[in-house]
Amino acid sequence: MATKPLVPSASALRWLGVVAAPTALALGFLWAGGWLTPHRLTQTSLLDALRAVDGTHPGFRRNHAKGVCVTGWFEGNGNAAGLSMASVLQSGRVPVVGRFALAGGMPFQADAPAKVRSMALRLMPPGGQEWRMGINDIPVFPVRTPQEFQDLQLASRPDPATGKPDPARVQAFRAVHPWLQVAGAQITHRPLSSGFADDTYRSLDSFLFVGKDGTETAVRWSMVPLQPVTPADAHADDHDYLFRQLIDDLHAHSLQWRLMVTVAGNHDVIDDPSQGWAEDDRQIDAGTLTLTTVESEESGSCTGITFDPLVLPHGIAPSGDPILQARSAAYMRSFAARSGEKLPVPAITPTMTAAPGGAEGKKS
Amino acid sequence: MINAKSFSLPSRILHWLMAVMILIMLFIGVFMASTAGPNYHRLVTLHRPLGIAILVLALVRLANRLRSPPPALPEEFPPIMKFGAKASHVLLYALMIAMPFVGWGMLSAGGYPIPLWGQSVLLPPILPHDPALWAALRSAHTVLAFLLFGMVLLHVGAALFHGLIREDAVLRSMTWQAKADRE
Repeated sequence: MATKPLVPSASALRWLGVVAAPTALALGFLWAGGWLTPHRLTQTSLLDALRAVDGTHPGFRRNHAKGVCVTGWFEGNGNAAGLSMASVLQSGRVPVVGRFALAGGMPFQADAPAKVRSMALRLMPPGGQEWRMGINDIPVFPVRTPQEFQDLQLASRPDPATGKPDPARVQAFRAVHPWLQVAGAQITHRPLSSGFADDTYRSLDSFLFVGKDGTETAVRWSMVPLQPVTPADAHADDHDYLFRQLIDDLHAHSLQWRLMVTVAGNHDVIDDPSQGWAEDDRQIDAGTLTLTTVESEESGSCTGITFDPLVLPHGIAPSGDPILQARSAAYMRSFAARSGEKLPVPAITPTMTAAPGGAEGKKS
Repeated sequence: MINAKSFSLPSRILHWLMAVMILIMLFIGVFMASTAGPNYHRLVTLHRPLGIAILVLALVRLANRLRSPPPALPEEFPPIMKFGAKASHVLLYALMIAMPFVGWGMLSAGGYPIPLWGQSVLLPPILPHDPALWAALRSAHTVLAFLLFGMVLLHVGAALFHGLIREDAVLRSMTWQAKADRE
């Protein structure tokens, strides 16, 4: 072949051809990553909205920031095994790592009866078919979509002047989301139990149980306490009274919950977590959760994992509920961010969770 | 075969198959890493087996490359350009192999189960559970993805420069038109 100059002269059209393909790819890439659409709802915009409400707290979960680690086991009884082939739902005992927390991104907030409490669980059967969940003590989720969640956060962010949410902004959100009124009222008027131990925690989101023959059944579930339930009334004047009570309970005896699976009835809306299901739906007692130990997040085994609700075993699948997708994505983002930061001493310290006899952790 | 002007048929098949897969993978990756929308879980579920498939193909391709060397670059190229071409290909191979391992390793360090296909087949962890390592590898996965995408753009631009401006044999050596040259 004859020797050519390194860069022969060529028409502008040919040069355009050389530049066009990489440019088109680059623009497509930027679009896919959301950089060309700054108002798109993204993982980052969701976490930004949480931060607008609760501030920046490096090292902590971006939501449900104040919490404590627990361990124990789950014992399936096989009652739900016909609906789901998940190994955790067969009869048998599997180890559990869990976490109790208060909703919200403030890791040092004061405990109060009406604050939303959550239970997070990692059920670990042999073979790695884990089931993770983050479940809450409210009857329904306050919103239907990730966009509504973000808008609600932004509407309820504190006004810099007062340090409190601007009622006008919250009112404006409610006015344009009339379909969330019922959920809001159900959450506001829910009965409050005395603490973490006698509370009921609900999946809120729907999932699909998948049977051996591939049959899918829409379900929700809840953890119903076996401890007697006492209503919230007077409580110790203590910043951490809910957690102290839980720690005292777990030091005294194990705590148990029954996993109650609710099967969707004909009129239940599957993919909208802001809508409750019918009272007369079929309920299945699928097993018993027993929690025995409690540990501070500083050293506890719940700190290094995320309770992503879409970490599901073979036999349980996500429903079309859009909140689930956003939770999974935002939990990953939060987990990556906080794991790269140093965790300060959490509100519930190792001294507080130390067994009695270790004395100084106890408030008399 | 030493003086072949074209890449061998297996090389070309591997190249174009992986070109499509890697581009799809990069676009899925950058989209799923930002979205909180309805396709998030589906895309994450697709990203893992596609990444493992790319890893397997990249290793096959590396073996193939060592076995059947590529055609020589045009002789009139100054050494610096030959070096650039060679170095960019070494980097492309390194990233094709490193990206799946970093992804696999980061999920291992994050304590995530790593389903390969659906939920039934799990990959074993390749690194110990270590949240700080998870955070570092999660960032590395992003940085390396941008680097890989940048290398792909450079590669496409260079290929088109050869094909449209220089009209030399370089682009043809990887396309089907090259058949005539091989006779």
